[in-house]
Amino acid sequence: MTQSRPSVVDIQNLGFAYGDAEVLHDLTMAIGLLRCVERLLTPRTGTILIDGRDLKTLSARDVSRRAASVPQSHAPAFPYTVQDIVLMGRNPHLGTASQPGPHDVAVARQAMDELGIRAIALRPYTQLSGGQLQLVLLARALAQEAHVLLLDEPTAHLDFRNRHVVLSTIRDLAVRLGLTVIMTVHDPNDAMQYADRVGLVSNGGLIALGTPDEVLTADNLGRLYGMPIEVLTDGSRHVIVAEIDR
Amino acid sequence: MKRGRFALTLLVMWLGVLVVLLASLCLGRYPVAPKTVLQVLVSRFVPIARTWDATVETVVWQVRLPRALTAALVGAALASGGAVFQGLFHNPLVSPYVLGVSSGAGFGAAVAILLGASAAVTQASAFATGAVAVSLTWLVARSGRDRSHVTLVLAGFVVGSLFSSLVAGAQYVADPSTKLPQIVFWLMGSLASVQWSDLLRATVVIVPCLVAVTVLRWKLNILSMGDDEARSLGEDPGAMRVVLIGLTTMTTAVSVAISGVIGWVGLVVPHLARGIVGPDARKLIPASIALGAIYMMIIDDVARTLTMAEIPLGILTGIVGAPVFALLLRRSRSDWD
Repeated sequence: MTQSRPSVVDIQNLGFAYGDAEVLHDLTMAIGLLRCVERLLTPRTGTILIDGRDLKTLSARDVSRRAASVPQSHAPAFPYTVQDIVLMGRNPHLGTASQPGPHDVAVARQAMDELGIRAIALRPYTQLSGGQLQLVLLARALAQEAHVLLLDEPTAHLDFRNRHVVLSTIRDLAVRLGLTVIMTVHDPNDAMQYADRVGLVSNGGLIALGTPDEVLTADNLGRLYGMPIEVLTDGSRHVIVAEIDR
Repeated sequence: MKRGRFALTLLVMWLGVLVVLLASLCLGRYPVAPKTVLQVLVSRFVPIARTWDATVETVVWQVRLPRALTAALVGAALASGGAVFQGLFHNPLVSPYVLGVSSGAGFGAAVAILLGASAAVTQASAFATGAVAVSLTWLVARSGRDRSHVTLVLAGFVVGSLFSSLVAGAQYVADPSTKLPQIVFWLMGSLASVQWSDLLRATVVIVPCLVAVTVLRWKLNILSMGDDEARSLGEDPGAMRVVLIGLTTMTTAVSVAISGVIGWVGLVVPHLARGIVGPDARKLIPASIALGAIYMMIIDDVARTLTMAEIPLGILTGIVGAPVFALLLRRSRSDWD
C-alpha cells in the first residue's frame, strides 16, 4: 500500500542475496526489500533511494528517522509497559547519552492515542493479545516520526477480526498522516482491499506492479500461485478465491 | 512506576545504603556505638575532642570503613553488571558470572598470585582474562546455528568450565604451603584484607564505569529488543554492545580481582530491583546499583559476625542467592515467556 507519492521511496534495479544465493533480480516488494530498506540486508545490485538519498550513504539513525518498521514477530524478554515500548520509538531522535524528555513522552502519548491504546499505557506489553501487540509496535513506529512505514506481514498471527482492525488502522493512518506504507501480505485479498499499489513477486522476480485492479487479475494470480484463481466482483468490491474441486 | 514515585523509591534506597553502611561500622567482634562511629568519622574532617580509644579509631577508620565501602562498590558493580548483561542478551537468566567473566578473571588472578605479582598486576591480569572469557563465550555461542538464549548460557557454561579447569591447574602447581591457600581463599571471595589503597584502586575504575553505564542506560532498553529491532530503531547494536560489555567486564573483573569470585549477586539483585521498579533500564540500573551496595554490605557483615571465623563471601551469596533465585523463578516465570 503506497500513497501516490512515488518519489518518497525509489527502488532501481534491485538485486540482493542471502548468503551466496541470489534471491531477487528485479524490483520487488518482498520481505527482502523491507530488510534492505531497514538496512538489515545490503542490496547486491541496484539502489534504494529514500527522499532522493541512497540508503547506502545513510546511517542506521538517519534511516530510522525516515523509515520505521514493524517486525512480523517479536519475542519480548522483559515485561516493559506499553508506554516504555512506544517511547523506544523516540530513540532515533535521541543522542547517545540522552534519555527521552517531556517532548518525547508527549509524542509517544500521541502515538498511543492515534492507535487507541492509551488506556493500556501502563500495562506490561507481555500480557497483551496479538492484535494489541501489533498496535503497540505500530505506535512505536509512529513515535519515530518517520514518513515511511515498513510492515512485514503485520497480520501474520492475527485472527480475522484483528487482521482487519490492524489493516484498516494502518490504511487510516497512511491517509491521515500522509505516510508511505510498504508492506508484505500473503493473502491477496488484503492487498485488494487496502492497497493503492500492489506488486506481485514470485521466485524472486516481479510479475506485475500497479493498482490492485490492474495487478490482481485472475490471470496474474493464477500464474503466481500455479493454480486456477477466480476474482468475484460485487459492484466495486472484488474477492479472490481459489478454484478447488471438491 | 511514575517518575515522582521512582525518585522517592531511589531516595529511600540510598538512605538504606547509608543506614547499612553505618550499621556495618558498628557491628563486629568489637562493637562500637553508632554515636561513637559518627564522632570518629566527623573527627577526620573537623577537629573535635577525642573521647574514644585509639583502637576504636583503627577499627572504624582503618578496618571497617574501607571494607564496607569496598563491599558496597563490589555489590553495586556486580548487580549493575548483571542488569546490563541481562538487557544486552535480552535474557533475565544471564549475568557476568554465567558468561564466564568471573571464572576467566579468576584464572588471571590465580596466575598472577602464582607468579607473586603485585595487587595492581593481579587486577590487570584478572581483567584481561575476564575479557577473553566473555569474548570466547560470545564467539562459541555465535558459531552455532542456534542463536537462542539457551545456546548463550551453555556457551558460558563451557567457557566457564574451561577456565575453572585452568584455575584448578594453577592450584595444582601452586606451592601448597604459601600460594595455594592464597588462591583458594581468594577464589571463595573475601574482603577481610581490604585496605584503603585497594578501595582506591577499585574506585578509580568502577565508579567511572558505573557512571558511564548509568549515562548509557537508556540504550539498554533499545538493545534488549534484539539486534534487528535495535537497528530499525536507529541504534547500531554492535558498537553499543561492545561499549557496554567492555564497561561491565571492566567493573566485574576489578570486583573479582579485589574480592574474589562472588556469584549470584548479578542474578539476584537485578531481579529484586526489577520487582520494585520494573524492567525499564532508566530505573533498573540506578536501583540495581543501590540495592547491590546494600546487599553486599549485609552479606559481608554476616560473613564477619556470624561465627568466630570469617565465612567466605562466595559461600554466603550462594547460600542466600540460590533459594532466593529459585523463588523468583517460580513467581515470575510468566513474565519471561
